[in-house]
Amino acid sequence: MTTTSQTQERTEPGERRSWLREHSELGVCVLLLALGVLVLTDALTMDVDIAQRGPIGPKTVPIVVGIGLLVIAALLAVDVLRGGRGQAETGEDIDLSEPADWRTVLLLAGVFLATAVLIEPLGFPLAGALLFWGAAFALGSRRIDRDPLIAAGLSLLTYVVFNNLLGVPLPGGPLMGVL
Amino acid sequence: MNALNSLLDGFSTALTPLNLLWAAIGVLLGTAIGVLPGIGPAMAVALLLPVTYGLDPTGAFIMFAGIYYGAMFGGSTTSILLNTPGESAAVVAAMEGNPMAKAGRGAQALAAAAIGHFAGGMIGTILLVALAPTVADLAVDIGAPDYFAIMVLAFIAVTSVLGSSRIRGLASLLIGLTLGLVGLDQMTGQQRLTFGSLQLADGIDVVIVAVGLFAIGEALWVAAHLRRTPGEPIPVGRPWLGRDDVRRTWKSWLRGPVIGFPFGAIPAGGAEIPTFLSYVTEKRLSKHKEEWGKGAIEGVAGPESASSASAAGTLVSMLTLGLPTTAVAAVMLAAFQQYGIQPGPLLFEREPELVWGLIASLFVGMVLLLALNLPLAPLWAKLLRIPRPYLYAGILFFAAVGAYAVGGEVIDLVILLIIGLIGFGMRRYGLPVLPAVIGVILGPNAEQQLRRALQISDGSVTGLVNTPFSVTVYAVVVLILAWPLVKRLVGRGRNVAA
Repeated sequence: MTTTSQTQERTEPGERRSWLREHSELGVCVLLLALGVLVLTDALTMDVDIAQRGPIGPKTVPIVVGIGLLVIAALLAVDVLRGGRGQAETGEDIDLSEPADWRTVLLLAGVFLATAVLIEPLGFPLAGALLFWGAAFALGSRRIDRDPLIAAGLSLLTYVVFNNLLGVPLPGGPLMGVL
Repeated sequence: MNALNSLLDGFSTALTPLNLLWAAIGVLLGTAIGVLPGIGPAMAVALLLPVTYGLDPTGAFIMFAGIYYGAMFGGSTTSILLNTPGESAAVVAAMEGNPMAKAGRGAQALAAAAIGHFAGGMIGTILLVALAPTVADLAVDIGAPDYFAIMVLAFIAVTSVLGSSRIRGLASLLIGLTLGLVGLDQMTGQQRLTFGSLQLADGIDVVIVAVGLFAIGEALWVAAHLRRTPGEPIPVGRPWLGRDDVRRTWKSWLRGPVIGFPFGAIPAGGAEIPTFLSYVTEKRLSKHKEEWGKGAIEGVAGPESASSASAAGTLVSMLTLGLPTTAVAAVMLAAFQQYGIQPGPLLFEREPELVWGLIASLFVGMVLLLALNLPLAPLWAKLLRIPRPYLYAGILFFAAVGAYAVGGEVIDLVILLIIGLIGFGMRRYGLPVLPAVIGVILGPNAEQQLRRALQISDGSVTGLVNTPFSVTVYAVVVLILAWPLVKRLVGRGRNVAA
């Protein structure tokens, strides 16, 4: 992936693994291919019994997009095998010299999913505060005295602004029932 | 109606206390976002899309435009003091601005940048007032084939001009078009890619796609590669300029918009190219060539003026043709769709209060921005010390709020995370995000216009090219597509000659 400069014995499986690692972008081609097949299957199995208006029905554009996906998957595969590489995005807080920190990404995704599950039973103020605190924790913040307070304040303020000022309803949950 | 009268009417809209408040909130948020690393104006507007559920369109667009212009001002502060640009448009500002700050001339660099933005934004907006109604008048008769041609142009330009790889740009566009297909077909009600799910039958809301790709994708990508020790900004005093500096920079401020405005109006990647062109131009014209690379003030003044002018140019294309040329314009277009307003030539007739209120508020915003940025720059620089875990946790938090506010559905949060993971993968493998967003926003619309055009022509393909307007647009498309080929041929010819 990003950096793989370990000195490993040049065994057959090791070589294959490092080749795959080097060409991990082929995974993108596989996904594009799968997406293309999905779109085409959906389009071709559509039974258009509804009266069609105009010469182009609801199938045409999906078929074009599906074929486009297949073609692009093939073109990208050729490009990768020829040595083309997508430039990983850079940014001011991004350090590409280190390998990717998958633990943080998984933790963040987990925290986010947990929020999705909790938002209705707990209400937005609590679930939102847990999301902020959890995400800050996953990203390396360890201020037990400060983090929960900021999380609670931000979440409560957002709830009031959206729910009461902008008129966008958010679930209050049991906490707002008490207050 | 003549433009000046309309503009005066616009001022009466923009100067109501409530709209002034939205303009002020917009420029404050915009400056903060421009200064903060990790959040760009496109992400900020995407995160704020849920306010469109509770706000009238005029107020919302005044705020969004404030964010767009404010982010330009704020971005250069980060570039100059930290040498890491807050926005892609501010990359050039770091080239001369940071050496100036290191040499103790940070205050002058900030002032040259802020006044540059002010001058560029003002001139750009005046050009917008002068040109937009004319363009809208010229384009007022355009029909389905012309709209379709404009959208094809947007698709091709965004995949070909931006980024280094056309294949990856096209892949991104196709992902976006696929996401746009999900839901009921607008003309027949046929279910597409819904897999029998009722939730998917409504389609995937544009807000969720924009927030997922811009905010969640970015936050996860940064989280995977978070720099453990963020850079230290160079401390700086209040910005000011001496008489010598003004003598050197005033021409650069005026030259910037000449380059920036036209580039903003065409789909050529927003402010990146014009800022760089302005930099090169200023360098060539400078009388102080020995200072370049060590902190030449013209190298800050010209490009910054060009970048704000390009923002005004972008608005011309978006308001008069509905053609988004930058990521921010794309997200603003999504906001128009949320309100059920179709930007395009008729916008000036149908929504004069909105359009002219928005344009007038740009002038108001510019004055506010100059007042905010000149004396308060050191204060803004303090934002650079925000702990990164809070910054990215906050982005995730507001992304969740936005997605949930769309319809109060938990499933939307799950879809948001999935789209965020797609955005993460796209950043890892160099697929640009913008084509996907444009695909989602314009895809369904393009399909409808295509079908309508062919309906009118009774299935004949000539129905797509039967107006001078559409033929011109397709000629431009062919030119963009053929450009690399032409360049290669010309290059080869030159090599042979040499």
